[in-house]
Parts: sequence; structure tokens; C-alpha cells
Amino acid sequence: MSTLKETRSGIEEQYRQKMNRPRIVVGLGTCGIAAGGNKVMAAIKSEVASRGLDVDIDITSCIGMCYAEPVVEISLPGASSVVYGGIYPDKVAQLIESHVIGKVPVTELAAIQIPRDATPYEGIAVMEKSSYYEKQVRSVTSRLGRTNPESIEDYIATGGYAGMEKALTMERLDIINEVKKSGLRGRGGGGFPAGTKWQFVHDAAGDKKYIVCNADEGDPGAFMDRSVLEGDPHAILEGMMIAGYAIGSDEGIIYCRAEYPLAIRRLNLAIEVAEGKGILGKNIMGSGFNFKIRIKAGAGAFVCGEETALLNSIEGKRGMPRVRPPFPAHKGLWQKPTCLNNVETFANIPFIIRNGGEWYAAMGTEKSKGSKVFCLTGKINHTGLCEVPMGITLREIVFDIAGGILGGKKFKAVQSGGPSGGCLATEQLDLPIDYDSLIGAGAMMGSGGLVVMDETTCMVDVARFFLNFTQLESCGKCTPCREGTKRLLEILTRICEGAGVPEDIDTLQRLAKVIKSSALCALGQTAPNPVLTTLRYFRNEYEAHIIDKRCPAGLCTALLTFAVLEEKCIGCGLCIKACPVGAITGEKKVAHLIDPQKCVKCGACVPKCKFDAIVMA
Amino acid sequence: MSTVTLTINGQEVMVPAGTTVLDAALGAGFFIPTFCHDPANPGFGGCRICVVEIKGARNLPASCVTAAANGMVVETESPAVVEARKTILELILANHPVDCLTCEKSGDCRLQDYAFLYDVKGGNFGGERKDYAIDDSNPYISRNMNKCVLCGKCVRTCEKVEDRAVINFAYRGFRTKVATALDSSLADSACASCSRCVSVCPVGALSYKSMAGKARVWEVQKEEMICSWCETGCLFDLVRKNGKVLSVTAKTPGDGKSLCLKGRLGMELRHNEQPPTPMLKKDGEFVEVSWTEALGLDDILDKLK
Ligand SMILES: Cc1cc2nc3c(=O)[nH]c(=O)nc-3n(C[C@H](O)[C@H](O)[C@H](O)COP(=O)(O)O)c2cc1C
Ligand code: SF4
Ligand code: SF4
Ligand code: SF4
Repeated sequence: MSTLKETRSGIEEQYRQKMNRPRIVVGLGTCGIAAGGNKVMAAIKSEVASRGLDVDIDITSCIGMCYAEPVVEISLPGASSVVYGGIYPDKVAQLIESHVIGKVPVTELAAIQIPRDATPYEGIAVMEKSSYYEKQVRSVTSRLGRTNPESIEDYIATGGYAGMEKALTMERLDIINEVKKSGLRGRGGGGFPAGTKWQFVHDAAGDKKYIVCNADEGDPGAFMDRSVLEGDPHAILEGMMIAGYAIGSDEGIIYCRAEYPLAIRRLNLAIEVAEGKGILGKNIMGSGFNFKIRIKAGAGAFVCGEETALLNSIEGKRGMPRVRPPFPAHKGLWQKPTCLNNVETFANIPFIIRNGGEWYAAMGTEKSKGSKVFCLTGKINHTGLCEVPMGITLREIVFDIAGGILGGKKFKAVQSGGPSGGCLATEQLDLPIDYDSLIGAGAMMGSGGLVVMDETTCMVDVARFFLNFTQLESCGKCTPCREGTKRLLEILTRICEGAGVPEDIDTLQRLAKVIKSSALCALGQTAPNPVLTTLRYFRNEYEAHIIDKRCPAGLCTALLTFAVLEEKCIGCGLCIKACPVGAITGEKKVAHLIDPQKCVKCGACVPKCKFDAIVMA
Repeated sequence: MSTVTLTINGQEVMVPAGTTVLDAALGAGFFIPTFCHDPANPGFGGCRICVVEIKGARNLPASCVTAAANGMVVETESPAVVEARKTILELILANHPVDCLTCEKSGDCRLQDYAFLYDVKGGNFGGERKDYAIDDSNPYISRNMNKCVLCGKCVRTCEKVEDRAVINFAYRGFRTKVATALDSSLADSACASCSRCVSVCPVGALSYKSMAGKARVWEVQKEEMICSWCETGCLFDLVRKNGKVLSVTAKTPGDGKSLCLKGRLGMELRHNEQPPTPMLKKDGEFVEVSWTEALGLDDILDKLK
């Protein structure tokens, strides 16, 4: 049957040879490009050309250390491979001279090294032992930053499409059972068991069935799916094909947000090349199984990530959720049974089929198996992408992987699950991360965004930020979400502006309860979570705003009072000139005074004072 | 046909399989309010006023889109349900003009009825209210989107007639509104002035200009009439006050029947002593036309001359 089996060994041999050549690899994911990766690439090319070096230049995607971009990797035959961070064009000559020509790595620019059976260099952390990676696992992200995502040969040589080959020799129900055994739960947020969903679609009546990949990723601060799409596009195709074979579908659609042009380009390329090799399309690998995949670009509405709104959008309708049941597994795209899964869910499938469900289930907690990719953002030292075993604690993620709080400040909270999730406080730091424990704490795994906040963050303001997002993104179909989130936002805004009244807390709680229990889709049902969790863990901050008219974090301008420090003020009068409302008075050379009744809290005076005599409190 | 047995408010109820909880409850004599539910176009589930409590369910499901199942235990007026309904009404009223004193719909308005039923005096969250200009561009229909509760019934009934689908939801979040293509005025849209949308609107957002200021709803009597212009058999209402015909209105359209303007105007001419001036759209503008032209009789009359 297989045309791939015969070519695989050849491809693997070529890959071994490629890896044994002197190589410079530039990380060109969206994060690398945003940090100037293309300019670095140009500088490397011209440096190599002008020196006439015999060195291969290649690309890869984001390795996860977004904080270190632009990232450049240099490997020489038989030597450990070194990944450098913060490589701007001006560092290129030094790197090439020292490492490529002189064979001496530039230790002070190196982030990590990957020994590849060679002796590690002194003074550079080995990847698995480095602070960023020590507690991580590299399973679904194993190719990210390691292979060229635009090369199907790299994919095949690293075990790619072996899962598909194996699946084609299996009974369909055995494939589904393997996914069930793995315990894999949907990575798009809901955590529904993937194998069970596949069984439903398999069992649903109908000869036409669809596979849909949800690559809409609309959470602010989330880029896990983007990284996988850009870094390992073939894995998603392979996962979808296996699903198609298992449930009896011949057509897959990837719904990818149009704001991910690089992901769409690499997916299109992957589809084209896979079709050219007979891996995708008609009579795949000579097995008689047909499967085609196309991409539908979404216009970037958060609600279009909701599965039924997404299906409406593919059908050319307005992106409004449908009522469920019927679930997409029974009546999905064009009313046909549809298996809809998230990017990361599909990307896990080839590994599960290749290594077996038990292998996957060995990792994680009792009810949440395997690993999960998270995006670390906010006030931390290491922002980036990480893959961790389920069950790891938030503390390990925030303090070990993310390197703790920026500038040595104090940790305050972490928002898990984006606008649908909640803010967890210090007391929850030792919570083992899995679907159920996060829901128990009022938050959500969500798709995997973790936003870390420090002591300078105002928690009422955080709730307001997320409600502003959900309020704008509500599709408008159902009353509690459309009208309720607006009122939540207005009340939160009022509190931040110092106009809150004690009853506001009760009103917030009542509205939140009703929206959660009566909204149509999960956007509305989860929208109050940021309010409820901040009220649960940081109620004192609400009370300080409402009763004492004080913002403990010193962030809500309307609640600040501006005052002149008598001992510092020399009475120069500069602030008097700066104040647009004449709130500052004082004789020359005598400490000035700000009239709190007149002050409009614009802050204009603060930068004008050369003696830091004006304080906000 | 198979049946299912469920318990509603402590009472055992047997219904055919596939019946919604809403219909099961209504059939058993329990009232459940609805805004967006249109028996002729079911399955929307948007307004959420019909939520009920079902034992074991995580949330409060909308009864209009939940199928009754064996062993289901339903409460239609539990404290959680009442709290949700009151809050939803408050939320609607907080974004509604509440000018019941002069509203054409007063007395036949679901919002008014449910506010009365659930003792909701008004929604005061002290926030923004929508503020749209009233669309009076169409000679027959007045659209006041400030009163719209976004139930979507008009959208669904309009698209039931082939090639119409004149209106749909537009924008997102708090700005969501029912609008024509490109949010133009109704006169500038492809609207056929059939008024089926007016007949399904549960509130005073859509109203007949021919009725404006003429009667309170409790002063009128309606008589159903079948239109005899063509074989479609659309239903209209003759609306009388003190025995005198005030207007002909479209009757709730159950199916895709077109309820065409010509038919309605014909009935106005036949039954209304003071019929409205017929207006038709020519070159994109509504202009006064003769009755023979409005009723499409010009060429026949020419032949008879
Ligand atoms: C408002 C909203 C936005 C969502 N956005 C996404 C998204 O961007 N990506 C995603 O995979 N799932 C998203 N989901 C979850 C999907 O509805 C669905 O559960 C998921 O794609 C199913 O795949 P899974 O079982 O593999 O997780 C969203 C849900 C809601 C309610
Ligand atoms: S909960 Fe919000 S997003 Fe979901 S259907 Fe209702 S209005 Fe639309
Ligand atoms: S009058 Fe008829 S055609 Fe015009 S918007 Fe209403 S339903 Fe649609
Ligand atoms: S105009 Fe009337 S029928 Fe149409 S959505 Fe608004 S309230 Fe519903």
C-alpha cells in the first residue's frame, strides 16, 4: 500500500545529513518576524555570502521563548547546537565570526543549547535543564523551533504521517478507542473528551460528514494555536485526516482567523505539498481513502470561535450561535454530522496514534490527561509559549517557567482562560492545573492564555477590561449577554471612576448570576467570570473603590488625589502654570497647595515639577 | 407516535416525543412567557425569557428549544426562574423608551404584560439607552428601533418569503440592531411593504402608519379575511372601531405566503370607507398612484376601453 514507507528511510537519511551540516536557523514565527527576524535573516545571508562560507541557512518557527526573539540557532557537525536570543542584525557578524568560523560559541548571547549526542559547551544551559524548559514537556510542540515548518521532508523525517500510515491499517473503531484511551480532552476550552465526540460523529447517521478545525483563537493574549499552526502545520492536517478516516469523512475545513496570514500561508503550502505527494487528496497512500482539506478565513469575531457560530460563518451566515442540541456531531455544517475540534486537539492526534493512547494517558492528572500548551503574558520575566504536563501548579508556571514577576514586584493574580476565565489569587497558586480544578476555583482552562498581574494591577480595572471585550464581542442574539454585559461594564466603569455605590456589588452579583445561568452560548455564560472571581478573591478592592473612594493599586486616576509634598516643594510656580483649571495656588518660594475640589486629576502638573514634589495617592 | 412523560410543576405530563418543554407546559396549563418564539419559525432561542429550571441541568434552559424527555423534572416558576425573568425584563426595560402612554402597542404588548406579571417597574441600571432615529420612510410602516427587543421574529418571517430577506441583524454587542442591507432606510431597501414583520412584532417597534393615533387596541375588533386577489389565500384582518373599518392589517403569517401589498390595498379599497392613498415605489421613490395602477388593473382597463 504505502508509497510513504519506501521513501521514508530516504527522507530520514537526507534529514540526518542536513542536520550534520553547518547550519544557521532563524526563528520566523510571527513573534520572531515581529521582533525583526527577517532583517536578521537578511544580515545572516549577506554575512555568509560575503565571507563565502559553506553554511546552510534555514528557517524554523517559534521555539517558545518569545521573550528572547529574535532567536538564531547555530549548529556545527558533531557539536552541540546553540540557541541564541536577542540577536539583532548588529550581533550577526560577531556570532558568525566566533561560532561558525572560530567554533567558539558566544556564551553571553546564548539562551540554551541542545547537545544532540555531543558534549555540551561550558556555561550554556542545556535545554531540558534550563529554567524555562526544565518543567516543560515537548510533545505537541516538539517540532516548534526545531524543524522547518515549510518542509514536508522535515515533518516526515521526524515521524510525521506515521500516525496516518498506522491509522490506515487500523479498524476505525480501534482508532477512536485509542483516542478515548488517551483521555485527550478538547483543547479549545470546553474540555470535552475527544474520543467520545469522535464516537458520536462516527455513530451519527449520514453518508456525508465533515471534519472542522477551529483555528479562530480570539482570546486576547492567546497564541498557542497560532504557534502550532505556524510551527507544525502538517500535524494538524494529519490529525484531521486521521479523524476523517476514523469517523468516515472525506472533507475537512480549517476555519482560521484572517489575522493569521502566516499560518494560512503555511497551511496552504502544507496542503499543496501533501497533495502533491499523494498524502492528501484522492486515494491517500494507495489506501482508497479520500480526504481533502480547505481553509476558510474568518473575519475575526470572537464569537465565531464558538462552534455553532463558526459553522454558521462557514455557511456564509451571520456568526451567531445556534441552540444546542442538536450538537454539531449530529447536525453540524450544512446540517451534516460534523467533528469539530481545536487546533491543539488535532495536533495531538498523530502522536497518540503513533505512540498509543496509554502513552499519552501516562502524563497528567486523573481526569485531565496529557500536556497542555499555555501562553504566558503579563508582568513576568519570560513571556512565551510553554507546554506543561497537566497537574503542574500555577506557582511552577509563574515562578519557575515564567521566571517570576518582572522587576521583582509582588505577584497579585493570574487570569486563566481569557475573557471567559477568572482571576486567581496567591491562595490558588498551588492549585494543580486541570480542567476541573480551575472550574472549581471559578476560572477556566480556556484555550490556555495565562495573564500574570503584579501588585500595580487594579482588579476592578481588570474585570472592566475583560467585560469591555465581551460586551463588544457579544453577538447580540440573546438578552442576558447583550444587555447584561453592557450593564456589568457600566457598573465596573462607574466604580473605577469613583462613582460606585454600595448596592453596586449586589447588582453585579445578581446580574452575573442571571447572565451565567440564562445566556444562550458559552460566551455569555462565562462572561461574568472575571467579575465573579475578582469579587471572590479581591472584594476588598471593590470596597475600597466604593466606600473609601480609593484605588489600592493606585491605578484608577479618578480616585487618586494629587498633593504637594511640602518638604520637597520650593515654590517655583511651574505647576501653577501647568494646571488647566487653576487648582494650584501658592506664593513664590512657599510650598504650593492643590485644591482637591478644583483638581480634575489630569496629571498635567506631575511631570512639570522638577523636584518630584507632587504625589498621587 | 412515541410519547414521553415528564413532570412539570409537580404534575405528570405526557406529550408526543419531540414536543418542546414550552409546548408541554402550555398544554398542561402552565404559562411561560416568550418574546422570540414563533411557532411558525421555531428554534431561535434568543430572548431567554422562557427559561425554566430542569433538575440536573447546569443552567436554566430555554423551554422553547428544549425537547421534553422522559423523567424530566421541570419547574416553570421556581425562585431562580423568576429571578432570571425579572432580571431579563429589567435589562430590556433599561434599554427601552417605556413610552407606553402614547405607544400604539399598549394593551397588546408582551413587554408590558410580562412587566405587569412579574412586577417589574422599570430597569434602572442608570446606563446608556439606544437612541435611533425613527424610520418613517416607508408610507405604510413605521420602524422605531428604540423599542425593538431584538427577538428576531421579523427577520425570520421576512426571509420566509422567497427572495425577500430584507432585514437581518447588524452590528454586535449593545449596538446590535435589526437593519436592512447597509442599514439603509426601509424605503431604500428591497422591502415589499407586506407588513408580515409588523404582525409578528411582540412590542411596538413596528407599527402601521394607517393605525397611528386612531385607536387603543382594546377599542378595536378584528375580523379575519381571506384575500381573493390570487389563489394564495393570504389572511388579513379588518380592523374596526365603533363598527367603522380603520385599516386592513396583515394577519400573523404562518407560512411563506406573500401577504402582498396589492392584496392588502385591494382589501382596503373594498372595505375601508376612507382608504389610504395608495403609494408605490417608482425609480426608488414612493409616489402616489391611482387605485387602478396600485391594484395592477391599468392594462386590463385599457383593453376594456
Ligand atoms: C465565545 C467562544 C469562543 C471560542 N473560541 C474558540 C477558539 O478560538 N478556538 C477553539 O478551538 N475553541 C473555541 N471555543 C470553543 C468551541 O466552541 C469548541 O468547544 C471547540 O472548538 C471544540 O473543540 P475541542 O473539543 O477540540 O476543544 C470558543 C467558545 C466560545 C463560547
Ligand atoms: S451568549 Fe452572547 S454571544 Fe452567545 S448567543 Fe447570547 S448574545 Fe450571542
Ligand atoms: S414589510 Fe415585508 S418585506 Fe418589508 S421588511 Fe417587513 S416582512 Fe420584510
Ligand atoms: S422589530 Fe419587533 S419583531 Fe423585529 S426584532 Fe425587534 S421586537 Fe422583534
